[in-house]
Amino acid sequence: MYTTPTIRRALAATAASAAVVLALGACSSGGGGGGADSRGDITIWLSNNETEIAWGTQMFEAWNAENPDEQITSQEIPAGSSSEEVIGAAITAGNAPCLIFNTAPVAVPQFEKQGGLVDLSSFEGGEQYIEDRTGDAAEQYQNADGEYFQMPWKSNPVMIFYNKDMFTAAGLDAENPSLATYDEFLATARTLVASGVAPNAILPAPTSEFFQSWFDFSPLYAAETGGDQLVEDGEATFNDEDGLAVAEFWATLYDEGLSGKETYQGDSFADGEAAMSIVGPWAVSVYQDAVNWGAVPVPTSEGTPAAETYTFSDAKNVGLFSACENQGTAWDVLKFATSEEQDGQLLELTGQMPLRDDLTTVYPEYFAANPAYEQFGDQAARTVEVPNVANSVAVWQAFRDAYSKSVIFGEGDIQTSLDDAAAEIDALVADE
Amino acid sequence: MSLVTKAPPAAGSAPAGARGGHQKGDRRRRALGKNPIGLLLSAPYLIFVLAVFAWPLVFAVWMSFHEYFFAAPGAQVDRPFVGFDNFREVLGDPDVIRSFGNVGIFLIINVPLTVVLSLVLASALNKAVRFRTFLRVGYFVPYITASVAVVGVWLFLFSGAGLVNQILGPLAPEPSWLINSQWAMPTIALFVTWKQLGFFILLYLAALQNVSQELYEAAATDGAGKVQSFFSVTIPGVRPATVLVLLLSTVTGANLFTEPYLLTGGGGPNGASTSPVLLMYQRGIEQGSPDVAAAIGVLLVIGVLIIAFIQRQVAGGDES
Repeated sequence: MYTTPTIRRALAATAASAAVVLALGACSSGGGGGGADSRGDITIWLSNNETEIAWGTQMFEAWNAENPDEQITSQEIPAGSSSEEVIGAAITAGNAPCLIFNTAPVAVPQFEKQGGLVDLSSFEGGEQYIEDRTGDAAEQYQNADGEYFQMPWKSNPVMIFYNKDMFTAAGLDAENPSLATYDEFLATARTLVASGVAPNAILPAPTSEFFQSWFDFSPLYAAETGGDQLVEDGEATFNDEDGLAVAEFWATLYDEGLSGKETYQGDSFADGEAAMSIVGPWAVSVYQDAVNWGAVPVPTSEGTPAAETYTFSDAKNVGLFSACENQGTAWDVLKFATSEEQDGQLLELTGQMPLRDDLTTVYPEYFAANPAYEQFGDQAARTVEVPNVANSVAVWQAFRDAYSKSVIFGEGDIQTSLDDAAAEIDALVADE
Repeated sequence: MSLVTKAPPAAGSAPAGARGGHQKGDRRRRALGKNPIGLLLSAPYLIFVLAVFAWPLVFAVWMSFHEYFFAAPGAQVDRPFVGFDNFREVLGDPDVIRSFGNVGIFLIINVPLTVVLSLVLASALNKAVRFRTFLRVGYFVPYITASVAVVGVWLFLFSGAGLVNQILGPLAPEPSWLINSQWAMPTIALFVTWKQLGFFILLYLAALQNVSQELYEAAATDGAGKVQSFFSVTIPGVRPATVLVLLLSTVTGANLFTEPYLLTGGGGPNGASTSPVLLMYQRGIEQGSPDVAAAIGVLLVIGVLIIAFIQRQVAGGDES
């Protein structure tokens, strides 16, 4: 009989292996962070965007020169399918850095729930500093209890970019394009496609990822409503008359073949596959040598004046993470990195808009020297952020699924689809 | 071969200390076996299996019965036992039900196509004299090429203005393949079949080397043609490989993720190509509900085990 020794040997090997696995697991678990007054060296993560690395490098070099006992070490956010997944994993592993200068507002409620973020309001003068810098727009970044678990940092207010050469070739006025109302926009789109200058008038990504609605529905809904968020006071807002108007506008573009339903592999605007695009100020430097472009605010049903038009912010903020040992230093660095001087550097080096009140009057020389950014600087004062609610990503996925079904692929009634999504989202927001 | 023999110690002659040593040695031998070095050599793989497969599976089952989310070390988090709540939520979610239906369609197309094509092509390759190496490499290249790279080629082939539609002309489906609710999943199934074929052809080629040439000669003597030999000799001869191919293609098919994620833009159109694993990624990683994702995973494992059992019973023959 050999069964018993065999089993015993297997158990012995399993136990030994399990011990090693558990030991390795124990080694990998990290500890908590330090207190709000602790000081010393810190690590920060930056986006892998070339211009943001340039800004980050000059920022930490300036800090390090003045603070030999509190040095900053910087690195790019480790590669992953998205920054949010990498940050979420780092929080769980306990090895998140002190500051991440690329924290998406949509992920903040989840990071907060994970216990990964520090409440910036808990620092002395923290709330005051944020509100003095960002003004009324700061309110969008508070959680339900009025706390700030993110520092509003920079926005990329989206606008309609259009290809002037294509407009001219289609016999349209390229300097004063007729794109203010839905009717004007649709008429222009029909002319562009019918003339054959581009296969698509505009081509937002028709895919199902939760964030894609930030670049089709959201900017137009913000403009149509004069600044409403997708969810307000715990309830979905988008299934109202304004939401239906925006959804029907996009549905018309898809239904008439003015916007394609297939994913384009590449940059449709740069490649001439679309005559228009919805982009932020980052596009100025990207397209300056590739496309003869112009920019206008997103359309509304009645043609809201540019100076009153809202849009989606596409903001990225800064999170201070609970794994940080020297949170006192991290808070000081955060204030240094969002100072008037460093915000000016951010504007200069990246062309992205610091989330700072009265941006155009604080940096008049920059906008005078860079008129291409002036529209975006002005637009930055009227931006709408993703709602800071529980299950934020699930909320956006529910909306995207409904939008994809009824608007992009034309299945079912649009109003019913929006109502169903609103009911689902209300339940998600209520489920803390 | 060498034989090492050891004379037994004379009864009653061993000192007490030596007897104690023998007892320790016996205990050690009982625990570790005659060849402890074997345990040492197998330990790395055992650790790998425990850490990468067994432990996550056990943990996933545990998660699926608790309210669970990933939290920072030291965070005060309540993770109560919730019984079957996560399973109730999953089974009441039409998106989840649809994803299982989608992967069912995928398996119905992919698995039989994989078995038939790989067996036929392996048999042909086994007989081929000219270009044998070239053909073998040709079939294997898609398998070792990253999905991300070949997805780009298929997007070019199957887009509205792509090569396939240009060849088909008026016969091309409208809307095109990857944005057509009826055709999206079959197109993905075709893609995966093509991509994985090289690996399964290799399995069959290896199995074909074990089919005795004498059987073919005997069949020929009895008047069997090539087709009859294929059905009467080849197919029964590679039955163990067929069971393996069935199991592997079912398991890899049930884990479908990359193709709907990339080829149809996140499970489109309108969820027609969403797979359970894609939903697990959305719910568990993107939306921060790993408990719900774990419940989907547990159901998927159970489903795959049931299918695998049926396949083994039906196709395994004496091997089962």
